[in-house]
Amino acid sequence: MTAAVLFENVSRHFGAVKAVDAVDLAVTEGEFFAMLGPSGSGKTTCLRLMAGFEQPTGGHIEIFGETAEGVPPYRRSVNTVFQDYALFPHLSILDNVAYGLMVKGVGREERRKAAEDALSMVKLPGYGQRRPGQLSGGQRQRVALARALVNKPKVLLLDEPLGALDLKLREQMQEELKTLQKSLGITFVFVTHDQGEALSMADRIAVFNDGKIQQLGTPEDIYKRPQTRFVADFVGSSNVLSSATCAQLGITAGAASLRPEAVTIGAAGADRMSLSGTVIARSFLGAVNRVSVDCAGEKIIVANPASLAVPEIGATVTLSFERGDVHAMEAA
Amino acid sequence: MTFTAETSILPKRAGLLGRLSDFLWKHPSVLLAILLGPPLLWLGIIYVGSLLALLLQSFFAIDDFSGLINYEFTFATYRQLLSDANFDIIVRTVTMAAVVTLFSAIIAFPIAYYAARYAKGKWKAIFYLGIMLPLWSSYLVKIYAWKLILSKEGIFTWVFEKLHLIWLLDAWLALPVIGGNSLSVSYTGTFIVFVYVWMPFMILPIQAALERVPGNLIEASSDLGGTPAQTFRHVLFPLALPGIVAGSIFTFSLTLGDYIIPQIIGSSRLFIGQAVYAQQGTAGNIPLAAAFTVVPIVIMGVYLWAAKRMGAFDAL
Repeated sequence: MTAAVLFENVSRHFGAVKAVDAVDLAVTEGEFFAMLGPSGSGKTTCLRLMAGFEQPTGGHIEIFGETAEGVPPYRRSVNTVFQDYALFPHLSILDNVAYGLMVKGVGREERRKAAEDALSMVKLPGYGQRRPGQLSGGQRQRVALARALVNKPKVLLLDEPLGALDLKLREQMQEELKTLQKSLGITFVFVTHDQGEALSMADRIAVFNDGKIQQLGTPEDIYKRPQTRFVADFVGSSNVLSSATCAQLGITAGAASLRPEAVTIGAAGADRMSLSGTVIARSFLGAVNRVSVDCAGEKIIVANPASLAVPEIGATVTLSFERGDVHAMEAA
Repeated sequence: MTFTAETSILPKRAGLLGRLSDFLWKHPSVLLAILLGPPLLWLGIIYVGSLLALLLQSFFAIDDFSGLINYEFTFATYRQLLSDANFDIIVRTVTMAAVVTLFSAIIAFPIAYYAARYAKGKWKAIFYLGIMLPLWSSYLVKIYAWKLILSKEGIFTWVFEKLHLIWLLDAWLALPVIGGNSLSVSYTGTFIVFVYVWMPFMILPIQAALERVPGNLIEASSDLGGTPAQTFRHVLFPLALPGIVAGSIFTFSLTLGDYIIPQIIGSSRLFIGQAVYAQQGTAGNIPLAAAFTVVPIVIMGVYLWAAKRMGAFDAL
């Protein structure tokens, strides 16, 4: 099967800055693909390379099997939902949504109808006559989505589309986006710096750092089996065990990751591994208590369910976990 | 911080200024009145007041026999204003102002676009310097310099000669109305100098308007399938329009009122500014001069009204 978007050894350098450096990736048709990373990691530049706002300085890009480098944005069947929506302030909501059809020469009545349908799809029917300035952030977000989807793109690119929304709205939009993507069957490529968002929405995630993909896999893969220290750190606050601690546990590895929620406080069962240490900090996070334990110089964070008792600071505790929860990874 | 206050509320500052600060802080409207009062009085009484007094003059008429102003309400002066000879002056001036404005906008837009979108740091400073520098030198010196440039022996003719294009210049000067013996005594010359002199007033507002257009709107248009021409027509131009209108108010009204450029460069036929100058001076016909002054005001009023109706300010 041809990939929806294919990157072969793609680079985008700005002078000495390697924004994107020799990236290979293949987005499968119909999937929800997330590009996750801190700011400056190259994820947004990758998105802009797909949209055509940037041209690669090296490598090869294909969109559904067709060469994309050198092709201007207006000749790509790819649409973008911009981070701050980029709605045209001088046009009504209806004209904003119908813009793509208008420049393609679709007749007035037809594009009007299509735009109204698209507005209904994002649950904003009857908002056509308003101006972008009269809408709330969440509503503008939906308009931006409708404006992109009305063109029936082959690939929809979303650049941190939920970044400006408050928590409640963001969670609601996450679900809606996911549902919309499944029902439309369009390939979504989603850029975010929020690992929770990527984990909950994406079919596959590419974790970016320093212009390179650190790891590419399903959310479960990325979360449970981080391959590098960076991924372990960035995707949820994993404990990274040093080689010394690994040796103590009888594992030969440069480093290993251990999820805070995989660790329990209390005596070890026969088949469980254990470490002992002193509680140095604790904080209440709602569903869990976050407890930091100093195990012979190695700080291990435990996500202790709120229903369980929390040891006092200074108490000596035993931590236990399954062998299978310790994942060896590269030392770097 | 090493400094610690003795009390949580600091004591009042001593002296008149301290009390004044407290008073103005409690009564911000008084502060506003103090700041705005004098300029508003100036604007209201001296500026608008004297303008109204001038306009009032246009409803009086001069007594043909004695040459004195007859202080009775009449439309006689306006009838005189619309006589063929005077109406020609109005048409000539308005046409010139319109053409100058149109060309200024066409030339200014790319410059303003470059400055707003691409020029950064040092280049932006050079841009501002380049635009403003002509404004720092004397207006008269520039116009006389242009007279030399455009004269038959000037560099303009010389360049055309060297390029073997003198036939083109001659053909242009042979045209009726816009032609003449040389560029410096033709309407074409007047036009060139007007465009040159008012150009900064067109570039700067357009540049300011374009600077406020977020770059991602251009990208969004392109992303949605808009070619560069479509993006210009549907996004860039509408959003820059308030700036273009602001610039055109300058170029249009400055051309309407100017009386020095057409006097030095161009044919001997009058523009509104020259007519006002002649009527209030040598001819001593203040009412007619006042009536001529009303013309640009009315035209600008109609122009702004039309621009608003066409939605030029929607993007503001």
